[in-house]
Amino acid sequence: MFEIGLGHYLTLGAVIFTIGVVGIFLNRKNIIVILMSIELILLSVNINLVSFSIFINDLSGQIFTLFILTVAAAEAAIGLAIIVVYYRNAGTIRVEEIDKLKG
Amino acid sequence: MIAHAIFFYVFSFITVISAVMVTVSKNTVHSVFFLILDFISISCLFIMIGAEFLGMIMLIVYVGAVAVLFLFVVMMLNVAHQKNTFFKSTHGSRHIPIGLLVSLIIFFELVIVVGGWKYKPDLINSISLEISEVSNTHSIGYVLYTDYIHLFQLSGMILLVAMIGAIILTYRKREGLKRQSYFSQISREKDDGVDLVDVEKNKGVKIDV
Repeated sequence: MFEIGLGHYLTLGAVIFTIGVVGIFLNRKNIIVILMSIELILLSVNINLVSFSIFINDLSGQIFTLFILTVAAAEAAIGLAIIVVYYRNAGTIRVEEIDKLKG
Repeated sequence: MIAHAIFFYVFSFITVISAVMVTVSKNTVHSVFFLILDFISISCLFIMIGAEFLGMIMLIVYVGAVAVLFLFVVMMLNVAHQKNTFFKSTHGSRHIPIGLLVSLIIFFELVIVVGGWKYKPDLINSISLEISEVSNTHSIGYVLYTDYIHLFQLSGMILLVAMIGAIILTYRKREGLKRQSYFSQISREKDDGVDLVDVEKNKGVKIDV
């Protein structure tokens, strides 16, 4: 219990990943919160990579975390820009009212 | 060792609670604040486990850039008054139990993987660079600028594309805004602007505009 090993960090990553997935599924109002849930999921992946990198003593995991960080920042910027444009055109970003592709 | 365990449990508790609050919180601004708390505690975990450089980069990139971007957009779109309600949707609430089921299955799969996981015996010997004498930042620098230089440059290109895309997406032309037209300014000749006339004595010049 007091010996913090790899399993503790992996479990923390699993918990945060699941919270992110639940946030995407349950959110019914605001699309910005969905973007934040995606950030949480990427963060849990980062936790996994860093803990493996430390416990296996291999630096590649930390390098990959750096690249995931870059992609996450780019994704947040593009997603927020799309949200701004959509709000300007449609006047709302509520998830329930974004149903133009429903067919 | 005990102190290490205590710090781990404190930071991971804060992390999990704030992650729950990000999804549950009614106000979007509060969600962003809990996201910032989440980032900070996870970077504390990174620093604790020995990846100082990544912890600091997490602080700079996530708290300094991404979370501020989120706050900026929330402020600009005026969605703070939109309440984030659960289980009250009039239509389409049928997918919520299925979503919960899928998330539970994902969680248990991850727990099973973590529980039954073991080192492959020959995996420990495959070391790209040992994290021992030099500091974490030094060793990352040794690997990042040699073995991963192409990926590093590619990630720079990703950032450039993201920047151009975000600017083009949100750019709009406004009506009635006077702008400087460089092309017509530079391509203007002397004959277009200046007209030389001979002035006769005591007659003056008639100017046609």
